[in-house]
Amino acid sequence: MEHFLNLGIRAVFLENMALAYFLGMCSFLACSKKVDTALGLGAAVVFVQVLTVPLNNLILHHLLKEGALAWISPALAHADLTFLSFILFIGTIAAAVQVVEMTVEKFAPALYTTLGVFLPLIAVNCVILAGSLFMQERDYGFAESVVYGVGSGLGWAIAIVAMAAVREKMAYSNVPRGLRGLGITFVTAGLMSIAFMMFSGIQL
Amino acid sequence: MSALPVFGKAGRQALLTPVLTNNPIGIQVLGICSALAITTRMDKALVMTAGVVLVTTLANIAVSLVRNRTPGSIRIIVQLSIIASLVIVFDQVLKAYLYELSLELSVFVGLIITNCIVMGRAEGFAMQNPPLLSALDGIGNGLGYGLVLMLTAFLREFLGAGKVFGFVVLPLAKDGGWYVPNGLMLIAPSGLFIIAGLIWLLKTVKPELQDKD
Repeated sequence: MEHFLNLGIRAVFLENMALAYFLGMCSFLACSKKVDTALGLGAAVVFVQVLTVPLNNLILHHLLKEGALAWISPALAHADLTFLSFILFIGTIAAAVQVVEMTVEKFAPALYTTLGVFLPLIAVNCVILAGSLFMQERDYGFAESVVYGVGSGLGWAIAIVAMAAVREKMAYSNVPRGLRGLGITFVTAGLMSIAFMMFSGIQL
Repeated sequence: MSALPVFGKAGRQALLTPVLTNNPIGIQVLGICSALAITTRMDKALVMTAGVVLVTTLANIAVSLVRNRTPGSIRIIVQLSIIASLVIVFDQVLKAYLYELSLELSVFVGLIITNCIVMGRAEGFAMQNPPLLSALDGIGNGLGYGLVLMLTAFLREFLGAGKVFGFVVLPLAKDGGWYVPNGLMLIAPSGLFIIAGLIWLLKTVKPELQDKD
């Protein structure tokens, strides 16, 4: 239990996807003008992350790894298909996003209108793919991958909401002309990232 | 299609505008993730630039070739599978010939798939334009990305470790030299500050790019 709690905390704070690895920066910068949109996008990312990381974990362990195909026929026991992981992962993600989009549209129309355009965009958000790739690189088991999916998604959501809150306040400040818009957002993200570095070393 | 218009005005525009005036990182806000994570050293940035130029160019050509036969509703998945296949090839080549570097780049090679530059140019340019022009656009955007990447990596490696491409330029104080490295340059947030500075510079030189609000 402690192991999983530790993993979760690491994923949320120490290895924060947005502020420690700078992943998903495009939507992190583009969709953080208002807290509401940031909340919606954050929720969508958590949702998709929780779904795709464990799903890709199953694909990795039962289809791609060396010897994983032995359950079909012993002749395939030596097949190592891990080089196909990129294309299968992104396929799973695209399909999962599509399914999530249709389900949400059917059963929760209110949420669907809030998330709107962000849902399909999530398919090409690097946080999602990175979650699965880190899962592969660090060789997580199924339960670990669930925890990691929740943690990494949540960490990103916290970061983008915090960023949006800062930017809402920043609308009232006098920023140098050339730095307005993207430039000052970069500086803010950098300062937030330094703030997040204080979490390093935390362990249960 | 004749090759002539490609090397005329349209071709030059497709190749050159993304390098400075419409820089993918500075102006279009595309492909920032990798620009920050892998710019601690110049060799890493160079390999990444090579990967992005190659993948963007080839993906643009491929997407452009099938653009008239791709139904609109499945175009994203078509583009994604083209890009993912190209990235797999690049990753395998890297693992075969530059294994050490491929370990250090770790997940970031795979993340070229979701690098918004590749996807953005495939969707935004190659879907509407013929293959040769798309190829030029791919090279241009790849180079524009590479320019920012190499500049950032140069500043970070030079100021943070006193080296350029791994060669010692400023002898470090701890090795008997005189240069005390700036540790801030080696931690991740410095990339954000450097790129913010580059954007500031670009927008000061070209005031027409400034945000209007």
